[in-house]
Amino acid sequence: MARVLARRAGGPRPSARLRRAIGSRTALVALLALVLVGLWWLAGAQGVTGQRLLSLAVRGVMLGGILALGAIGLTLIFGVLRIPNFAHGDLMTWGAYLALFGLTLLPAGQPLAPFSFGAELLVLLVLVMPLVGLTGYLLDRLVFRRLRARRVPSVILAMAALGGAFLLRSVIYLGWGADFRNFYTGRPRPAVELFAGIRVRPDQLFILGLALLLIFLVYLLLERTKMGKAMRATADNADLARISGIDTESVIRWTWLIGGGLAGAGGVMFALDTQLRPEMGWWLMLPLFSSVILGTIGHAYGALLGALVIGVVWQMSTAFLNPAYGPGVAFVVLILVLLFRPQGIFGKPGGT
Amino acid sequence: MGDASLVKSLLLALPLWFLAARALPVRLPWLARAALGAAAGWAAALAVTLLVPSGLMAYLVSFAIVGSIYAVLALGLNVQWGYTGLFNIGIAAFFAIGAFTSALVTTSMPSGAAAAFSQQAFGLGAPFLAGVVAAGAAAGLLALLVGGPTLRLREDYLAIATIGIAELVRLVFQNERWLANGPQPLRGIPQPLACLVRDPGCAGLPAPLAALFDPLTPRDYPYVYLAIATLFVIVVYLVLERAIRSPWGRVLRAVREDEAAASMVGKDVARVRLQAFVVGAVIMGLGGALYAHYMIAIDYTHFDALYATFLVWVMLMLGGSGNNRGAILGAFALWGVWTGAAFVVDLARPLLAAISSDLPARGPYLRLLLIALLMLFILLYRPKGLIGEERFVSRDSQGRDG
Repeated sequence: MARVLARRAGGPRPSARLRRAIGSRTALVALLALVLVGLWWLAGAQGVTGQRLLSLAVRGVMLGGILALGAIGLTLIFGVLRIPNFAHGDLMTWGAYLALFGLTLLPAGQPLAPFSFGAELLVLLVLVMPLVGLTGYLLDRLVFRRLRARRVPSVILAMAALGGAFLLRSVIYLGWGADFRNFYTGRPRPAVELFAGIRVRPDQLFILGLALLLIFLVYLLLERTKMGKAMRATADNADLARISGIDTESVIRWTWLIGGGLAGAGGVMFALDTQLRPEMGWWLMLPLFSSVILGTIGHAYGALLGALVIGVVWQMSTAFLNPAYGPGVAFVVLILVLLFRPQGIFGKPGGT
Repeated sequence: MGDASLVKSLLLALPLWFLAARALPVRLPWLARAALGAAAGWAAALAVTLLVPSGLMAYLVSFAIVGSIYAVLALGLNVQWGYTGLFNIGIAAFFAIGAFTSALVTTSMPSGAAAAFSQQAFGLGAPFLAGVVAAGAAAGLLALLVGGPTLRLREDYLAIATIGIAELVRLVFQNERWLANGPQPLRGIPQPLACLVRDPGCAGLPAPLAALFDPLTPRDYPYVYLAIATLFVIVVYLVLERAIRSPWGRVLRAVREDEAAASMVGKDVARVRLQAFVVGAVIMGLGGALYAHYMIAIDYTHFDALYATFLVWVMLMLGGSGNNRGAILGAFALWGVWTGAAFVVDLARPLLAAISSDLPARGPYLRLLLIALLMLFILLYRPKGLIGEERFVSRDSQGRDG
């Protein structure tokens, strides 16, 4: 604050100009490119082949697709409702476990070759998405709405979200225990060659396709419908939106339904690609928030871009780093963004 | 037996003395308060050691030790959140750094057969207090690194960055074998003043004092540690109470209440926040050291977000943020609820089994449900906690509204 005032009073000095250049969008893009080149070089120095790195990058795009499903919802809830939703990762977990629950009720069908899952998982996906959206909205009705009425600062909302996260997790622990689970046990999931020796599992291609489809639907919703316009307007300037007669209550409802629904789909996809664990959503939170901040809070396409960057960087780092450090790598990207351009790639200058 | 109870009661008397001296009216001269408090505290301690059965007593002592460790963490969080409004949800990071630093500084490098099973980056074999100082310094340094780039930004960024650092610290201690024995526990962390309960006794201790501790056996060591742990709580509490009533404490609250106004009157807001963040983290690091020397063996699973971050938050909110006594009260009260709930869940086992055969094994998670509900309840219906914030201006004006 004091620094901003001082800078305005003194006019653009050389140091200020330098700072602005460092904080520019071009500089951030260049920095991210530098990170990727650095990863490539580091992996090359360790004797990792280009082919393997390319495979990892392709898998990174796929992981980015999953992260984007979470990150788009998170950024909408953050931007439109001003809630730093620390329960978002656990909403993803919740979606995955709801699907697991559904699988025990439905008759297991034949796998849809070449995929490892049957048609029942697709049916469940359609059911789980609105359920997770409703869970989020329920949390809003019971907790966030009352806090909003008291006009509490956003940190209190964050704290309530944290409480919600542990509440959801305790329900998952009670329902399914702390063990690893799989949607389908004992089904082989061979990787097939895509092109030029790049190998992926068919499931992963399906995940990427589904993520792209859902993201396209969100795009249509945000750009072509009145509700989408209202949501973008609220994210841009909540007070102005309210004065212009936007129905805040239905914006809140739709934001939760869309954000929660996407989170549910993302959770199911992540569980399909890896496995189910009660803590999986909590561990995804860091990559999710990194994507959101990288792509500017409230900016759906920014979140998509951020998720892809984080996904690729995460996967490529596994070429020479213990894969367990994936979320840690996302954190390093986050710190870089916070240092150079805290408002994210699409943010306005000066706004953090 | 009689002699042992006497020594035990002397060790227990320390926190009770402090409590009694605090409870006495302020009008009395401090010497009288100290003397009366000592008498009352010791009497209470003696009564407790003589009347409470030894099994229950051992349980109560371990309860109080863990409660004291949590109280230190809650006091650290109170500096950050309660007084300055900094949203740190990575308490686990500073707690873990403190614990592992103190462990590495005080243990010696494994040698002989142990070296094949246990690895660590260094082992200085330094005394307990050196470990404590190093723990505070390491946690403070980490806070400086995290706070530097994030504290000047919007407040929720700190929350995300602290979650991140907690994850990163946990991952490092989980995966780096060379640093602190990887996923395996780091063992053999020395117990401070354990010589008091051992046979040869402490070197350099005057003979009458050594004779006093003679009746204690190694099984009685928790009493010694309880005295150490409560001493930590008392010292941290007194230092914070003093600091918070100083001009510095007033700036903290000014920054929390109205950042723009604080910077308008010439306070360097970013700097003040960083100071509060580092001070809080140092205290959390001390809590970590205290934990490590109590547990003797620590590994990364101890520093999970639930135990090391979430519980501490609920403790502070339950007791009352912005009140050091609230932080301590909340820590003990919530730890009581947490451990007490374990008994209740145990009793409810048949009922749980009737609902589902899987449920009894998962019963402990009912406690998590309970604590999460409690947190939301406090946020919605009693944001000021049990005692709420104390209103004061400086240490010279003890009046109600200043």
